[in-house]
Formats: sequence, structure tokens, C-alpha cells
Amino acid sequence: MLGSYLTLAAVLFCIGLYGVLVKRNAIIVLLSIELMLNAVNLNLIAFSKYGVVPSLTGQVFSLFTMTVAAAEAAVGIAVLIALYRNRATVNVDEYDELRR
Amino acid sequence: MNFNIDFTGEFFAFFLLAVCAIVGAVLAINFEKVVHTTLSLAFTFVSLAGLYVLLEAEFVAFVQVLLYVGAVTILMIFGIMMTKHQGEGKEPGRPLLEALAAIGCLCLFGILFYAIRSAGFPAPAADLPEDNTLSIGKLLYSAYAIPFELVSVLLTVAFIGAVALAKREEEDS
Repeated sequence: MLGSYLTLAAVLFCIGLYGVLVKRNAIIVLLSIELMLNAVNLNLIAFSKYGVVPSLTGQVFSLFTMTVAAAEAAVGIAVLIALYRNRATVNVDEYDELRR
Repeated sequence: MNFNIDFTGEFFAFFLLAVCAIVGAVLAINFEKVVHTTLSLAFTFVSLAGLYVLLEAEFVAFVQVLLYVGAVTILMIFGIMMTKHQGEGKEPGRPLLEALAAIGCLCLFGILFYAIRSAGFPAPAADLPEDNTLSIGKLLYSAYAIPFELVSVLLTVAFIGAVALAKREEEDS
């Protein structure tokens, strides 16, 4: 059963990675990052039940991951809104001030 | 290749929830409107919460529903409201970049799948404690007390920072 959960997490992680690499809308990129973090959480919780030594440490660690992910989402949206005020776009390809 | 799958009720529940999660994620990548993407990913998050219940992590499952479906999705919808998405869906495709990204992701998945299949996981030695929420609470306030407090400080700093970042421009103009 552990292998099935790990495979599902790998599928979700790869879909999230594809979204981060291909999508241009900054909000979709942020959501894809959340999807990747969720895949990692699934791994942690699967190991906390089906690992060699089942313990609650994996679940506690996934709680910490979720907290940090929530903070990341809040700061990400704030940065996005500040950028949108300056550039009037959410297209990540146009955020290229450092390249000019 | 031996998959070692026994067709029990747990497997069927896992299969159903896994299909829901993957379908939600794939649709989220394919939808053209941002709001549809957000709702589709909320569906994926709910399916993942179901999987957590299946893994006997009830507390984490409810935190998942509260935090991801409740907070992160709503935050993203506010982000969509604050920004403009008029010309979406009409952008020209970038076939080379998309193909390269797809190949890279498939390669990564292949490597991960091979590693998962070739690693022999021994059977678990013991069971999890019965009262999940009580045990997590005790752990958080005894063994993980300092990380718990640090995380609360991090959350406060992040949210104050978010408010400051989103507000500063208005005062200037």
C-alpha cells in the first residue's frame, strides 16, 4: 500500500512541477507550488502509517509544513499584488526588470 | 512486475480518491480561466484530505480542509479579484518550452517510480496510537514545544509582512 501512496504523491508532484514551469499566470504558479507541497505532505503521512516505525512524527511534521505553506501563500499573494500595482500584469514572463 | 495489490475496501477507497485528486490536478492545469483552476485544485485538496482520513490522520485531514480549502483557496480567489485577467486564454502557445517541461517532468516521474518500485519497504512494526488528536496535542506541547512556538512567530511575521507589502503603495500615491 505504501508504494501506491508514494506513486500518487509522485504523480501530483510532477503535475505541480509542470504547472510551475509552463504556466504564465502568477496565481496558477502559486497554486501549483501548493500542489507540490501537498504531495510532500501525502508522503510524510503515508510514511507515518506504513513506514518501518509508525509514529506521529510524520503527521506533526506535515502540520508544520502546512503552516509554512500558508505563510508562503499569504506573502506570495502580497508580493503579487504589489507587483501588479507596478506593472499592471500577472504574466510572469513580463516580470523581467532584472534582465534589462 | 509485481504490484502486490490486494483488492480490499481500503484499496477501492484509495483508488477512488486518488483518481479524484489526479483528475482535479490535471483539469487545473488544462483550464483556461483562473477561477476554474482554483476550484479544481480545491477539489484535489479535498480528495487529499480524504486520503489522510484513510491513513488514520484525522486531525491533519481536518487541518487540510480548514487551511487549504478554507484559507489558501479563498486567498487565491481574493488575489484573482484584485488583479485583472482579461486577455487570458488567448496567449500564443510555446510548444518547445511545453514539450521540454513535459519531458523533464516525465523523466522525474520515471526516476521516482523506478525508485519506489525497486525499494523494498519492510512491513510496519507497530500500529499508530488510537486517539490521534490527543496524541498530536500532547506531542506538540511536550516534544515539539519550541518548534511550535517558532512556527507561531513565523506566521505572525509572515502575515504582518504580507499586510505591509500589500499596503505600502497606497500610502505613497
